[in-house]
Amino acid sequence: MPRINVTSVLVDDQAKALAFYTEKLGFVAKTDVSLGEFRWLTVVGANEPDGVELLLEPDAHPAAKVFKQALVEDGIPYTSFAVDDVAVAHKDLEARGVRFTQAPAAMGPMITAMLDDTCGNLIQLTSPAA
Amino acid sequence: MGDVFKALADPTRRTILDELALKDGQSLFEICSRLVMRHGSTSSRQAISQHLAILEDAGLVRSHRDGRTKVHQLNTDPLRSILERWPI
Repeated sequence: MPRINVTSVLVDDQAKALAFYTEKLGFVAKTDVSLGEFRWLTVVGANEPDGVELLLEPDAHPAAKVFKQALVEDGIPYTSFAVDDVAVAHKDLEARGVRFTQAPAAMGPMITAMLDDTCGNLIQLTSPAA
Repeated sequence: MGDVFKALADPTRRTILDELALKDGQSLFEICSRLVMRHGSTSSRQAISQHLAILEDAGLVRSHRDGRTKVHQLNTDPLRSILERWPI
């Protein structure tokens, strides 16, 4: 069976993305391989060094920018991360200067919030409703 | 401007207004999420977008940009015309 080892988020600047995803969101850099103009650059969850890697992938293709803009216009997250408690994460991340476009809100069985990754994406955080 | 009565005649559009009354200033995604997760809506994103266009046309919803995201707000001003026509 194939295994899911990597997923990606399209970023406008890999160095800026690495700083945001590690220093602000708390992920840990895992793989960083130079590939000419760009890098194969991944992060993992701080407590999951062998978990699924998040590839900080360049959005250099012209269609990628159009796609990302359309998602942001309608408030659609590029991807979603799980946290233990969205309310706590929202407070912590705001204190670190992360901008939220949607404060924690109950959505049926989930609590969700939405943040701006500064690299052209909205990212949703989720935790189960208590 | 579109017809306020026609805009209010659809239950999904009334639910959109209910959700904006609960929390003003929502993106299309948040409105869709609330309709699905809180009301069991089966409407597509495109259908909700069209409902919002009708509500905007009737003046019941206004939109502005927050950064690069389009945000929708409830505007109850058009309801005043109903009370002026048939005072309570």
